[in-house]
Amino acid sequence: MKQVLFILFIWAVGLMFCACGGPSQETGSTTSAAASADGGMGAIQDDASKRNVVQVAISSPDHTTLVAAVKAAGLVDALSNPGPFTVFAPTNAAFEKLPAGTVESLLKPENKATLTDILEYHTYVGVIRTDQMRDGQRLNQVNLKNVVLTVENGKVKVNGKANILASVPASNGIVHVIDEVLLPE
Amino acid sequence: MKNIIWIAIGFALVVAALWQCKTKGAAGASTADAAQKVYVAPGSYDEFYNFVSGGFNGQVSVYGLPSGRLLKIIPVFSVFPENGYGYSEETKAMLMTSHGFVPWDDEHHIAMSLTHGEQDGRWMFANANNTPRVARIDLGTFRTVEIMEIPNSAGNHSSPFITENSEYIVAGTRFSVPLDNQPDVSIETYKENFRGTVSFIGIHPQSGHMNLAFQVLLPGINLDLSRSGKGPSHDWFFFSCYNTERANTLLEVNASQNDKDFIVAINWKKAEEYAKAGKGKVKKVRYAHNIYDEKKHMATTKWEEEVIVLDPKELADFVYFIPCPKSPHGCDVDPTGEYIVGSGKLAAVIPVFSFSKMQKAIAERNFEGEYDGIPVLKYDAVLHGEVKKPGLGPLHTEFDANGNAYTSFFVSSEIVKWNLKTLEVIDRVPTYYSIGHLCVPGGDTRKPHGKYVIAYNKITKDRYLPTGPELAQSAQLYDISGEKMKLLLDFPTIGEPHYANAVPASLIKDKSVKIYPIEENQHPYVAKGEHEAKVVRQGNKVHVYMTAIRSHLTPDNIEGVKVGDEVYFHVTNLEQDWDIPHGFAIKGANTAEILIMPGETQTLLFKPDRVGIFPFYCTDFCSALHQEMQGYLRVSAPGSNIPLKYSTGAPQQPPQ
Repeated sequence: MKQVLFILFIWAVGLMFCACGGPSQETGSTTSAAASADGGMGAIQDDASKRNVVQVAISSPDHTTLVAAVKAAGLVDALSNPGPFTVFAPTNAAFEKLPAGTVESLLKPENKATLTDILEYHTYVGVIRTDQMRDGQRLNQVNLKNVVLTVENGKVKVNGKANILASVPASNGIVHVIDEVLLPE
Repeated sequence: MKNIIWIAIGFALVVAALWQCKTKGAAGASTADAAQKVYVAPGSYDEFYNFVSGGFNGQVSVYGLPSGRLLKIIPVFSVFPENGYGYSEETKAMLMTSHGFVPWDDEHHIAMSLTHGEQDGRWMFANANNTPRVARIDLGTFRTVEIMEIPNSAGNHSSPFITENSEYIVAGTRFSVPLDNQPDVSIETYKENFRGTVSFIGIHPQSGHMNLAFQVLLPGINLDLSRSGKGPSHDWFFFSCYNTERANTLLEVNASQNDKDFIVAINWKKAEEYAKAGKGKVKKVRYAHNIYDEKKHMATTKWEEEVIVLDPKELADFVYFIPCPKSPHGCDVDPTGEYIVGSGKLAAVIPVFSFSKMQKAIAERNFEGEYDGIPVLKYDAVLHGEVKKPGLGPLHTEFDANGNAYTSFFVSSEIVKWNLKTLEVIDRVPTYYSIGHLCVPGGDTRKPHGKYVIAYNKITKDRYLPTGPELAQSAQLYDISGEKMKLLLDFPTIGEPHYANAVPASLIKDKSVKIYPIEENQHPYVAKGEHEAKVVRQGNKVHVYMTAIRSHLTPDNIEGVKVGDEVYFHVTNLEQDWDIPHGFAIKGANTAEILIMPGETQTLLFKPDRVGIFPFYCTDFCSALHQEMQGYLRVSAPGSNIPLKYSTGAPQQPPQ
């Protein structure tokens, strides 16, 4: 009898851990979808496509702060969307220029709205290559505020301050690496 | 005692494990309860018809809800070899335009006929985006019965939205172009020469026949979506537009420069008065008007020559612009007719305008200026309020009967439920992925039926078993009967599921046609019995008056046809029995099969290219002897003198 009860106990505990079906577990004749069954576009398993703007940032060792911020703001799925997006991507060094403690504070859950607003200020819906940028051009960013581009001797500055260090095409847009964090007025 | 405790612990763990499964995330919640909510038992009917425009397939597909079962594909603007639409001699005229026969179009929106602002289940209208046309589908037969081309138009996107008593459907231009019959001009003269138009197409209250009543001339902006007013705003129509910059190149950048574009408010009652009073200009145009006669089982094209054009620069007080942030896409009117919801697809805000405030602003002439001679109302004077930070990329809004709105968000891939009065967000659910339109049964009318919202998505990726690079597009069904939306079902669709209406089955199912009475068949080549079957030569045209009934074709042996002849197989289905169609095909025909419903006549044109024996047969499995339902056509050399001869069941020679 004791043995039966023990088996029942083991079975119950086992059920607790695996009955819900892991991401790719066979359940009868159906297979659950990949990681995204319950997730968004950021969770899609796809190693054939070119990298999207989020994946471009993730692959860059100079953008770990930005990636942490995008994750904290819950924008991974939205930026994995077909877009197209132009993302101004501040480097880690750019974030370090902010007053001490700013980044840590922004990453706190209670400051998610402010962080989201800042990140949306770095994103434009549409693809703008540097050769399409004109002096004085305004881009109305996702947070509805404008950034202003200036072009001097072929060099583009964003809001008169941030330099575009490099531009990386992505499957769903373009990433312009910048050396300053853009702060909405 | 100890044993009982052990059993109790074991039982509790099992219950806990099962309970945990049930409450795990959105997908988890959508399994046990959801399956029950969408299960329609074998032999039972769905509660709603879901008519879904197919985007690039040019068709309307019909699903049952809540099951998501596909019931029917209705070809509208595209040929359909499956049943011969656009291939049979009777249906070719449906796709005739001033550019000739156009076998495909991009069908974006549908609109059910309305009576007192409520769905009436009579007709479904649809638009063709590419070669501008509007169509009417009869919901007794589920067939396209009328298609009208729109002159002075390009990119007929804001169409075929409908007024509350089906007085008019509309057709607004997504592309501004020089009007028809203009001289050759450079694209660079866009601002001077390119114009937008809105066509108002009258619907006959009994027959449903369409007529192009009048057009309203607009500056070279791009009209996007539209809705008629309701109740107090009954006399008005609202259109969103983008590209107020009037750019003609790289719109991706150049049409996003202005902080605000417009919602165009048109008082169609006043426009109608102007048109009736002869205040418009009659312009010479040429456009095709194709009508299917259900007694003759045949479409004919009528060429129309004129249109009345009303210019708001010359005729006062019937067109106004409402500023709306950032390239508005959706433009939806709530069931009360008071709120007009704009959705700037690039904006993270939903502006909601007030009809009563608009009336007041017009009365007080509270304008911020003019755009191309048309008054622009002050944004703040017309605004009810903004839904702040609702999500990214708001597109379209539908409504329930309880004062809630449901807006789709492409970029953040979700549906957001919010309250029309307070403008507060109540709930949000993800869609898989990147939703375009959404549909609440009756959710675009004065009387929403609620219950469900369906998401029609643009991106599928990993939702279903992979099928190579081209995937079916997904739809998701959510329960909206409670405060929170719940995902119930995920189903693949046909074409691009663009926009949809869901209609209570009770409005349609009992009047669905089962057969065409053979005695009412007025087809010029009908054979109302096998005794009327015959083959007649007129020059090089050979008309075969053929009948089909289980399980033979009459005639089934035909000789005396020659290479160079045009053979018209006019096949009448003599059955008067529900769901016994016959089909017809012949070897080597450069066309599709035809399907012939009971009591109907359809014609397949065959141009034999060589001497030989050409088998033909019934292509729709009709009976136990379907396989025997076959025959032969002998084709002889051009100059041969083989006499025309036909038979079925002539005495066979005994075997030698």
